Amino acid sequence: MSTATQTSLALEMPSDTYLNSSYGVKSWFLTGDHKRIAVMYIVSISLMFLLGGVFATLVRLELLTPAGDLFQSDTYNKLFTMHGVVMIFGFLVPSIPVTIGNFLIPIMVGARDLAFPKINLASWYIYIIGMIFMLAAIISGGVDTGWTFYTPLSTQYLTTHVMFTAIGILIAGFSSIFTGLNFIVTVHRMRAPGMTWFRLPLFVWSNYAASIIMVLGTPVLAITLILVALERGLHIGIFNPALGGDPVLFQHMFWFYSHPAVYIMILPGFGVISEIIPCFARKRIFGYSAIAFSSIAIAVFGFLVWAHHMFIAGISTYSALIFSFVTFLVAIPSAIKVFNWTATLYKGSIHFDTPMLYALAFIGLFTIGGLTGLFLGAIGVDMHVTATYFVVAHFHYVMVGGMLVAYLAGMHFWWPKMTGRMYPEAPAKLSALIVFIGFNLTFFPQFILGYMGMPRRYHSYPPEFQVLNVLSTAGASVLAVGLLMPMFYMLWSLKYGEIAGNNPYRATGLEWQTTSPPPTHNFHETPIVTQEAYDYESQTEEVEVVG
Amino acid sequence: MSAGGDHIVSPKIYVTIWLILLAFTGITVAAAYQNFGIFNPIIALTIACTKATLVILFFMHVKYSPKMIALVIGCGLFFLSILMVLTCADYLSRAWIM
Ligand SMILES: [Cu+2]
Repeated sequence: MSTATQTSLALEMPSDTYLNSSYGVKSWFLTGDHKRIAVMYIVSISLMFLLGGVFATLVRLELLTPAGDLFQSDTYNKLFTMHGVVMIFGFLVPSIPVTIGNFLIPIMVGARDLAFPKINLASWYIYIIGMIFMLAAIISGGVDTGWTFYTPLSTQYLTTHVMFTAIGILIAGFSSIFTGLNFIVTVHRMRAPGMTWFRLPLFVWSNYAASIIMVLGTPVLAITLILVALERGLHIGIFNPALGGDPVLFQHMFWFYSHPAVYIMILPGFGVISEIIPCFARKRIFGYSAIAFSSIAIAVFGFLVWAHHMFIAGISTYSALIFSFVTFLVAIPSAIKVFNWTATLYKGSIHFDTPMLYALAFIGLFTIGGLTGLFLGAIGVDMHVTATYFVVAHFHYVMVGGMLVAYLAGMHFWWPKMTGRMYPEAPAKLSALIVFIGFNLTFFPQFILGYMGMPRRYHSYPPEFQVLNVLSTAGASVLAVGLLMPMFYMLWSLKYGEIAGNNPYRATGLEWQTTSPPPTHNFHETPIVTQEAYDYESQTEEVEVVG
Repeated sequence: MSAGGDHIVSPKIYVTIWLILLAFTGITVAAAYQNFGIFNPIIALTIACTKATLVILFFMHVKYSPKMIALVIGCGLFFLSILMVLTCADYLSRAWIM
């Protein structure tokens, strides 16, 4: 009822918000407010995303022609490495948790802040220090190991800035451990009265699952990088056979973190989609507990599949069989989610607002990305397409088509909550369309290229692959336009956007019951929760009466 | 704080544990000068794990903390064991022939 009356009145910005409660540089850089830290993270990871995008552009430009004419092969190696390192450790791993998650999780559980506000601020500083190391490595000449740092390449042969980059990643890893720890404790200890586990929004569940992986997995990455540094710097034999080590051990340890890490990246994206679909279908989500438990299942079983990255690395046949089998099993919880979202749409009254357009794009693109993952999890097919563009296409369908699209969906959906103003709907819809078209044009040809046998990580290729590569580069330029548009109209909307009001989408969830932007302590009174999440059906009737 | 932060441990216990840790360090050094063949790493790792356990139980107060804390640590160790068991499973079964 209150939401309906609101939309019909001229709206005003609330007088007391987290943005205007105090001013000055210090009030931001020493803040404990999770919302301000989220804003600082949004700015930082956007800059890293732009940097990673520059490297991607250069890679695609080189691949426009079959000859390696734009860059030396060494330079090209550095470009794709730095694209990977910056995008994965600077953007994808932190992405949704540190921005949307940081902003929303305390509000969604009805708390005044995260459990450890100072650790939250520390996580931002640690992230920045990690990024400074990474940037220093890039500026002083870059690194060319590939983002995976495989030994013995990284420990013995390369003279580029492996150490600097590894230290940067190690440091950034601690920021992700801090965030994960904060989320876990907040969800356990800070829930408002009445907010039972099964009334939590699914966004909270999926971030909780991602936090478990951050806390359990990231230390293994840190240890692995330290071992690389020990071998590279002090020649202690861990991975080098000549010193009594084993190079495949590196791959075991690296992928023990890095496979679950793709779930760190994608699980929060699942959470965003689970919020948006019921809101714009005006329906209760189908299979709430199945979606919630599938997030936890992904977090746990994600730790049992890592060797599917190593089928051709010489691991034992028996071991490969088991890892292949478990890889197929881990597809089940992801499929549960996709089916539940689709079932939620069934007979819903669907509104095609911008967040929904992105969410629908997500379902399609993630499904393609996920299913091609099963191709790669099947040992026989993997032997054929491993280390080809098929892998590149699969990974980008999950990470860009899935994760980045979910990030954009979430940023649009909660933009009015974060800023108090709406993004402009028409250019936003247009950009969603351009992203979808540009993305598919960029990466679908790469599936075909990979299947035809074009290996990844080379700056030249046989001429018969050119047509598909030209399509891909053309698509990348379309995609770039689609991704740059939001940066402009979002900034524009900060000043000129329509004032949003508390709940512009008539959505459920505690974050929509407070003002937009919220006050520093999120709620003027501690909320008391009496209902399940996603109670859209009882709400719809009321609204229809008003208009 | 219910997480064990309020529990006061007497300095005597801290000192005892510290002395035990020092003793184990001595044993590690002494053992490094002997050749036990296959038992070299086993001895070193057993000593290291014992020391780590003492640190976790007493210095990190897990012995005096609620069960939840122990559960979290157990969870971490369980996932570590997954890493080790499945990695070793690969190494052990490589020589088998289909
Ligand atoms: Cu994987």
